[in-house]
Parts: sequence; C-alpha cells; structure tokens
Amino acid sequence: MSTKLTVSTSPHVHSEFSTRNIMGMVIFSLVPAGIMGVYFLGFRALAVIAACIIACVLSECLWNKFVMHRKNTIGDFSAVVTGLLLAYNLPPTIPIWMAVCGSVFAIIIVKQFYGGIGCNIVNPALAARAMMLISWPTAMTTWTVQGISGATPLAAMKAGTMPNVSWWNLITGDMGGCIGETSAVLLIIGGAYLVWEGVISARIPLTYILTTAILSALFNHGGGMFPVHEIFTGGLLLGAIFMATDYTTSPMSEKGQYIYAFGCALLTALIRTFGGYPEGVSFSILIMNVAVPLIDMYTEPKTLGAPKSNFFKRTGAKS
Amino acid sequence: MNLPTFLGGVHPPEGKALTEHKAIEILRPQTPCEFVYPLSQHIGAPCSPLVKKGDSVLAGQKIADTEAFVSAPIFSAVSGTVKDVAPRMTVAGSIEPCIIIESDGKYTPAPSLLDELGHKPEPSEYVKLIRSAGIVGLGGACFPTHVKLSPPKDKPIHWVIVNAAECEPYLSCDNRLMIESPDEIIRGLGYVLEIFPDAKGVIAVENNKPEAIATLTERNKNSKITVMPHKVKYPQGAEKMLIWSVTGQEVPLVPALPADVGCIVLNTRTTWQICKAIEEGSPLTERVISVTGDAVNEPKNLQVPLGLCVKELVNACGGFSDEPVKIIAGGPMMGLAMRSIDVPVVKGTSGILALTKKTAYTAEESSCIRCGKCIEGCPMHLNPTLLDHAVRRRDYGTFEANNGMNCIECGCCSYNCPASRYLTQSCKEGKVSVAAARRKAAAEAKKKAEQKAEAK
Repeated sequence: MSTKLTVSTSPHVHSEFSTRNIMGMVIFSLVPAGIMGVYFLGFRALAVIAACIIACVLSECLWNKFVMHRKNTIGDFSAVVTGLLLAYNLPPTIPIWMAVCGSVFAIIIVKQFYGGIGCNIVNPALAARAMMLISWPTAMTTWTVQGISGATPLAAMKAGTMPNVSWWNLITGDMGGCIGETSAVLLIIGGAYLVWEGVISARIPLTYILTTAILSALFNHGGGMFPVHEIFTGGLLLGAIFMATDYTTSPMSEKGQYIYAFGCALLTALIRTFGGYPEGVSFSILIMNVAVPLIDMYTEPKTLGAPKSNFFKRTGAKS
Repeated sequence: MNLPTFLGGVHPPEGKALTEHKAIEILRPQTPCEFVYPLSQHIGAPCSPLVKKGDSVLAGQKIADTEAFVSAPIFSAVSGTVKDVAPRMTVAGSIEPCIIIESDGKYTPAPSLLDELGHKPEPSEYVKLIRSAGIVGLGGACFPTHVKLSPPKDKPIHWVIVNAAECEPYLSCDNRLMIESPDEIIRGLGYVLEIFPDAKGVIAVENNKPEAIATLTERNKNSKITVMPHKVKYPQGAEKMLIWSVTGQEVPLVPALPADVGCIVLNTRTTWQICKAIEEGSPLTERVISVTGDAVNEPKNLQVPLGLCVKELVNACGGFSDEPVKIIAGGPMMGLAMRSIDVPVVKGTSGILALTKKTAYTAEESSCIRCGKCIEGCPMHLNPTLLDHAVRRRDYGTFEANNGMNCIECGCCSYNCPASRYLTQSCKEGKVSVAAARRKAAAEAKKKAEQKAEAK
C-alpha cells in the first residue's frame, strides 16, 4: 500500500443529500410552473426570471469575493432558488431595473448581511417582494394578461365581487397574477415531487393550505366564496409549498412546523379578509419567519428517556 | 407487517451482499508469526502483564489481568514465546503497551478454565467464570460482560435481549454465526437465563436476515426464549433503541443503565462465547470478523485468533482489488478509521472494511441550512445542530443542558446532513470534554477535602 489512508471520525458513509442537490431539486420542481407562466404571460416574464436569477447569483458571487473574501458559495445553487422565487412573485410587467434592485436586496441585505446561507432570519425572496411592494406599489400590482389588464381574482374578492375566472383558468393559471404563482396544477406537482424525494415534508404545505381555506370560510371572506378559490388564487400555493418550507426560516421540529404553518394560515386569512392588501401570503410567512426561533425554543424534541418536560419550564444553559 | 422498531434512524445502503452468503472460514496461520495483545481491550482498568520477555505461553493461557472489577483478562490465542512487552500501534491509531508473542504455529492448548475449576460450573459460578474467560461485549464497545451480568440487587432483571440486529452496514459476522451455530447462541442465552430465573429471553434480529431468523426459530426449544424479527433500520442494534422496541421502555437519561428498566443486552458473539466458556471452559481467544468493502478482492467472514495482524486478514482475502481510501475497524457508521493495517485484531474488532474513493465519504463541510434532517434522524431525539453549535463555541453548559451526554454517537445526524457538518464529531468532543472537566472537578474536590482533613 503506497498511498496514505484518510483518517476521520465516523460515520464514513453519507446519504445522497447535499445542499447542492437539494437546491437542484427545488429548481427542477419550480421549472414547469415557470414555463406555464411564460406561456400565459408572454416572453416578458422570461426576461424578468432571467434578470432575477442573474442579479442574485452575481451579487452573491461579488459579495463573497470582494467583501467577505471567502470561498464562493454560488455552487450550492441557493442564490438561483432565491432569484427564481423572487421572479415568480413579481408581475410580468415589472421594469427590469426594479427586479434587479429586488434581487440585490434579497441577496445582500436579507441573506448576506446576516451571514449567508442558513443564517438569514427571513426568506430573502419574500422580504425583497415586500420591499418592492412598499417601494413601487403601482408597478407591483399591475397585471396584464394577454394584453388585457384587470383585477386579479383576489383583488376582485377584496372588492366583494365574484372573480371572473373559470375553474379551468384557476387550475392551469390562465389568469391575472404573478409569474409563477398562478399555475396550481404544476405547483402541486412540483411540491409532490419534493415530498416524494424527501426534500420537504407535506406537513407545512398541507397545514397551511387547508387551514387557510377553512379559516377564510369561517371569516366569510369574499362574501362566502368557495374555499377552493381561496386555495387556487394568489400566492398561496407557491408560498405554502416553496416559501414557507424554506429550511432556514422554518422550524426544525415536527411540532414546531405545525405551529408555524397554522400561524401562517391564520395571518393569511386575517390579512385577506380584514387587511388592506388583497393578498397576505408574503407578509404572513415573513411574520412567522421572525417567530421561528421562539417556536424552535418551545418545541425542542423530548430526548429519549428524559422525563416529560413542562412546556413552560424550558431547559436552558445551566450557567 | 408492522415489525417493532424505534423513532428516528436512517437507512444507509446495506452493502451486506458482499459477505452475507460467505460461510465463516477459519484462519489460523501455521507458520510462526508475531501476535500482539494490547493491555487495554475493554472499557475499564487496563490489565497488567502476567508474563515477561522470554516466557513460553500456551494457546488459551492468561497473559494479562488486573484486580479491578470493571476489566477483563487477556489470553494468548497461540502457543509460543513472549518476545517483548512494549508499546505498539493499536487499531485506534494510538501507541499502547502491548504483549508481543512469537507463535510456534502449533497452537498447543493450555488447561481449560473448567480444568482449573475442577467441576461442572453451577449457575452461581457462571458470572465468575465469564470474567475469568475474559468475555467483553463483542459488538465493538467491549464493556466487560460480567459487570453487565452483576446488576445491583435492588434492580430485578426481567429481560435478557440478545442483540442480533447487526444494523451496521456491510458487516455479516453475527448473521453467519446465527446460521452456522444457532444452538450455541440459544444455549448461551439459556445459561444467562439460569442466572436470572425471572427473566425472559429475546433474540432480536433485523428482518434482512431471514435465514438466521428461520434457523433460530426452528432450533429454539427453550420456552423462555423468543426470536423477534425487527424492522431494518439503523441503529436498531443500539442498546437503548433495542430495549425500546422490544419492551416499550425508555432507558432514563445517563448515567442510567439498561438494568434500571430490568434489561440486559448481550451481543450475539458474546452469547456464543458465554456458551463456550460454560460448556468447555474456553476463554475468549478468537472471533469472527467480516473483511469486506468494495476495495477488498474477495470479501470473507473469517474466524481469526486475536492478536493477529490486520494485514494477514486482508491478505487472506486476496488483498485489495482497488486502492482503499479509508480502512475502517468495525462498520461504516461507527467504526474507527485506521492509520495503518499493521495493527493487531482485538476483542472489539467486528469488521475490517476497506472503502474506495467511490464509497468512502470525504466531502468538506458547509454552513448549516437548518433543514432539520439531523433531528429527524437522531434516534435519541436530540438536537444535533444545537449541540454542534454549543460545542464549537465551547459552551458545554448548553451541551449538557440539552442532554448532549446522552448522544450514542451512532452517526445518523452526520449521515443525514446535506451540509456534511461534523455533527457526530462535535458530540463526541463535547462528551469527552465534559467528562474530563467532571473528572478534574472531582479530583480537585477530593484534594480539597484531604487538605481540610489534614488541617484538622
């Protein structure tokens, strides 16, 4: 034996998961909904998607290289996911420079300022969307579907009128809305793929979506709309499947994930029914993101063999 | 079918196909060669040599022992002469004092332990006999078996569980032993049940060993013993997981022991060895080792004399077919990566696993992405990433408060981690540091108390 042996601690084998292939699978599962978005909303949408991805990857790359002087992390594809998700949350008519501003904000201020991947406290894409909604309210809420501009179904519901969309349009996504949020079927298929691969669990999306539908019905939102409309319109599916399940900004334990998803649903239903905006998914998730450390603290798993713990008597550092 | 199991755990690729159908071969070098016996092959006090340079020894002769209770004597597997008592490298890669014996290749036997005893052992003498046979837990932890079998009087034993799960990937030495000598295992467990008349015996096997389950079930005539198949999941064979899935009881936090919930867990080969000690009076001098991995030419299950050089085992399997990146003593989840194969086989060596670049995992770590997969995998239901962060900032208070000392070092967290964080490593480090700090504090307290006593 001529070569030197590698000596390290156990375990010496590893599951097939890596940050890179998890992000890869997320991107793969998001692509169909994007294609549908481009198909219904035109090539302008593709330009927005491209601009967001390029701006995100480039800002992460430059930040690592010139500010932090550390190993580049764009290889983990998380910046691509952020860019993709941000673009999916924008209307296709948004000026490109605004999309770029949002991307830079997402990566530099929301993600890198806090330490990069795994350290951000809120979802970068959603935070950027919220920033853009406040900065450029008109540009962010103007939707044009195949040349005809009009109110989104949720805005119509807010105004108290029955939205003018057929069931077919609701399911396929041929209606007013952001680039990636309208195509219900493809978003659900993408989510199912991620659950199948074990990337995410179905806990958060299912709890979030079903609770929102039930609570909205209870709150009599939109004058007693079908709960199904509630699910298929706006960013609920995109938010529940792809944004609320973001590892970094969601609780780690099972119990915590249920609490978090319920909180998101409650806030979404409240904002949609009583708030100033027609849509509440992004704000709900952002607010719950901030609550995650607290949820994590109270939902620590019980160690095998430990006595049953008192919810209000938490274990902390001894000294 | 819903087989008993535990919550958590992982499903690493089994890799058992390499050796599970290979019958145990006996490897006993007939030409004179060197056998090395480290003086500490178990948890507890190291032994002192009973022989010196130039002495001649017989196969099965006791060569090292100690007065300490938590310890086990060491026997020579061969006849020959003591070449030296000197430091040598061991499996763990450290240099430890060893007895070195030059064998004569004849294996001339020493008188058996029963000859020394002079009569057939009574159940009350079993534990003493097991100690004098040098038996320790042969799964890898090497906890002296007689200590396990001497629980405090106020803790009645209701279950004796033979851990035949063999959940470590690649290894199949226990599987082969169950297929090839089921009677000895059943009788061995029977003898332990004679020590604890109120206890039930369970042989717990993972369901990926159908042949072993069938053989044991067929041969088992003891009404107190049941063979219980378990779901295939790592670490099914960890003591606490096994007790949970067999009896439904949680072993309380450390320092509690299985005896606190009325359980004793013994490894398959240990049980076999107990049978040999009680029936034939033979001490622990040999064991079965799976020599396997994709870098080994011809993977085999070998029964080898302890003290033999690992290199001889590899040679007996036709050497390496591919360049090994890692050579591991034990399985891939908990085994020790070796620095060299010029080290002796010890009591705890259950496998020699040579992995190539393709199978050995050597990725660099990246940032934790808080995915929660470590929590999902942890069979002890700890929060590995929290413990990891605590250890890295040397916050051992937080480590202890979050039950870090209960980590069983199974490796599930690191196995699952997409960012390849060294989670298991951190937990090991935390445990060692806390234990060292406790020892230091205890020593200081003792010193202070002594000073006080002197002052008076």
